[in-house]
Amino acid sequence: MKTAEEIWKILEEVEDPEIPVLSVVDLGIIREVNIDGEKLEVVITPTYSGCPAMRTIEKDIEEILQENFIANYSIRTVLSPPWTTDWMSENGRMKLYQCGIAPPQGKSTDKGLLMGKTRDLNCPQCGSTDTEMISQFGSTACKSLYKCNQCLEPFDYFKCI
Amino acid sequence: MNKDQLYQYILQIADNTLILGQRLAEWCGHGPVLEEDIALSNIALDYLGQCTNLLKYAAEVEGWGRDEDLIAFLRDASEYKNALIVELPNGDYGKTIARQFLFSSWYKLFLEQLAQSSDNYLKGFAEKSLKEVKYHLQHSSDWMLRLGDGTEESHRRVQTSVNELWEYTGELFEITELDTLAASSGIGVDLASIESNWKTQVEALLSEATLSIPDYGYMQKGGKSGKHTEHLGFILSDMQYLQRTYPGVKW
Repeated sequence: MKTAEEIWKILEEVEDPEIPVLSVVDLGIIREVNIDGEKLEVVITPTYSGCPAMRTIEKDIEEILQENFIANYSIRTVLSPPWTTDWMSENGRMKLYQCGIAPPQGKSTDKGLLMGKTRDLNCPQCGSTDTEMISQFGSTACKSLYKCNQCLEPFDYFKCI
Repeated sequence: MNKDQLYQYILQIADNTLILGQRLAEWCGHGPVLEEDIALSNIALDYLGQCTNLLKYAAEVEGWGRDEDLIAFLRDASEYKNALIVELPNGDYGKTIARQFLFSSWYKLFLEQLAQSSDNYLKGFAEKSLKEVKYHLQHSSDWMLRLGDGTEESHRRVQTSVNELWEYTGELFEITELDTLAASSGIGVDLASIESNWKTQVEALLSEATLSIPDYGYMQKGGKSGKHTEHLGFILSDMQYLQRTYPGVKW
């Protein structure tokens, strides 16, 4: 059996089906990797209750484990503690910004964020902070829709929850 | 609470999300503007996800080896426990928003208390769902202000909707034997304790939206004990068509 560290490394190759620049590890979807003798358990948590990508993610994890000749595994989904954008890696935030999605700003405990008051949100196209929210709900459950008043391009913002 | 009571209590929560999710999904492709089309579909998706999480647990508690799909799709109308307000037709966009506002104001308070449940699964479910429902409430509250304090036409329409929906809000606080049992065992929510908060919050926002608060007169009920409006049957025939026609069908 491989070590937990090796398993984490393998899981880094599993892309999020909706935001393929991010791995499921970057997103914080993988909560635990438990090895008990020859048995492996991977614990995952959904970003949003209705995230339609979860089944695909589970399948992709199975596939990559099998490709790495691991047969004795189980995948368990937990709801608690609830997923938060605070778990997103620095690396993940950088990758989001580079592909044109503004990463979540600040801590999820900041109530102002829920009220639609974001700190200066940089347009991922031109970098301007002169941006405004168009809609709280965007192309996927985890994003809201913004527009940049400088370059006039719309962009997605990864909601802070 | 014994197993069957817990199962029934989970259904009571799950059916609200299932039926409202189904109703909101009707807006997909029909929203007044693209952003709202997406918003309502997103909210529908959250509800369906929450429903899946609950029904998975319900299946486990029941212990008959059924899965969440069988419980969602193979029950008859009288076995559904949702409140009547969620099964009413969408009406115009303003009415949909008014219902969203009245329901999410209640649901948020409900989940806040369920997050203290002595049942670990329901506690985790509530903590997770609460994050989503806060966004839903923010969304419908914003629109209530815009429509209520908007044009004469939008004000008139949303006021009519609030008036029509009002008699269905009482049921959200109806305390059945099951509710009493759930609350006293520490698993469920004490509905009486959230009622005054709901009134304060809802009345404050309606006033801010320049809408008048209807009288607390006669309140409809029946959903929790399986007595539904004629609308539920139509929803179910739509929703269950595939599973009834092709039993055991897999996607």
